[in-house]
Amino acid sequence: MQTYIQPCDHRVTMSSGAICEITVLPGHDKHGNPELFDKIVIRPGDTLSIVGPTGSGKTAFINDIEVFARDDTATGRTVLVNGEIPADEFIRDPSKKPIALITQNTKCLADMSVEAFLAMHVRARKITVPGIVAETIDLANQFTGEKIQPGCRITSLSGGQTRSLMVADAILISNAPLILLDEVENAGIFREKVIEVLKEHNKSVIFVTHDPLVSLLSDRRVVMRHGGVEKILRPDGRELHITEMVARMDLTLCRFRERIRAGELLTEPGFMV
Amino acid sequence: MKLLIIAGPPSAGKTAVTRQIIRHFLDKKKCAFLKIDVVRAFEDEELRDEFGIPARKIYSGDLCPDHTGVMVLKDALLWAEGLGTDIFIIESAGLCLRCSPYVTQSLGIVVLSAVSGMNSPLKMGPMIALADVAVITKTDLVSQSEKEVFREKTKEVAPAIDIIETNAIQGTGLRYLMRSIDELADIEDAGTIMLRGVPPLGVCTICVGKREIGWQNHFGVVRKLDGADDIFRGD
Repeated sequence: MQTYIQPCDHRVTMSSGAICEITVLPGHDKHGNPELFDKIVIRPGDTLSIVGPTGSGKTAFINDIEVFARDDTATGRTVLVNGEIPADEFIRDPSKKPIALITQNTKCLADMSVEAFLAMHVRARKITVPGIVAETIDLANQFTGEKIQPGCRITSLSGGQTRSLMVADAILISNAPLILLDEVENAGIFREKVIEVLKEHNKSVIFVTHDPLVSLLSDRRVVMRHGGVEKILRPDGRELHITEMVARMDLTLCRFRERIRAGELLTEPGFMV
Repeated sequence: MKLLIIAGPPSAGKTAVTRQIIRHFLDKKKCAFLKIDVVRAFEDEELRDEFGIPARKIYSGDLCPDHTGVMVLKDALLWAEGLGTDIFIIESAGLCLRCSPYVTQSLGIVVLSAVSGMNSPLKMGPMIALADVAVITKTDLVSQSEKEVFREKTKEVAPAIDIIETNAIQGTGLRYLMRSIDELADIEDAGTIMLRGVPPLGVCTICVGKREIGWQNHFGVVRKLDGADDIFRGD
């Protein structure tokens, strides 16, 4: 059974097992102080960034979601699916789990070709959509500047290629409605494109991030402090000017990066941003 | 007293899982720990220092750890019972992968590492097949695809096994293991505890010290390169 997010209709939800919202209920910070939010609801197409200094509890926050915490993790948070404690199969069977977590540590260890690797996942999921392997590789290639060939060995892919492939796999093969990305910016993938495609596929995504552009492109920013959620910001368009500016700066940096990689000297007089 | 027997290949995370179990039950139950290892082990000292629980170890030396386990289990149960233990955890270094230390009236837990390769469950046989629970560790390190395939292969070896995926250092997902331990019945009659499986053929000319190569130099259980099947029969 494939689970997917769709507009919330309670009758449909109950009968088909589709997921229309995930709710995080508050716990406490490292000092035991209760978190001050009422609840955080994540619906299809939502983009959230988790920000805060190192050690402030960002990764613990997405780990709580990944395991569907039930007041049984260090933070005391509870995570609901469609307003209820989720069924065991959602949590325990990775092929039914509605969440894909991709971290900096996540690796593909199998020494096989990209094509064979994806085909293996398709088989494990008993998916019969023809051409899904090629489609996944095409999508991954939209996220990375270094083209992935179907015959490449998985183990010889760069960090950016691996991350791109995993995001594409999560969208098309895992078909996970909620994708958790832990500091993907370090991997050198096209972040704007990832966000755009995730929205197109009506996926919810939560970024743990230190990256200004990813944070600014998200609908909501969850600010962490001392292990707890300190506040939740909804820019609602108020950051538009800065977002556009940062996007331009990012593009400029991207171009410089490509030129440096191509062996050029950058001798322009420079300009004010 | 409840009895847990934990096995798994080296570095799979058996002790990390043990730590999480002890940490979870520390306030509610009295735990005791026995480690069976071959030449060196430190877990008993570490767990005693960390949690202040009774812990000891035994070295199997020239014997296989599971052989040693069978030999000492009765004494060990008396030791733990004498201390008023509620949960007795035995961790065995299952070195030959053909081993299966699980006994009746206990919870058999095999600990497998997701980074050990997707086909590794298929190579272990009885260590997985006779366990009640498979705890798969380090799942945070591998791709979704490999996680799913690892699970399928584990199910292939043991269709009814209860699979629990975790990052054992953080203890994520272990609530289901704790639930199984909560639901586990106490030992009913220690005198009737038996090994669950038939151990590998352990008495052979190599066990008794013959080191010459070639089946011509051995007797009892022998095998030629051609024409042998999985069940070895004496010539």
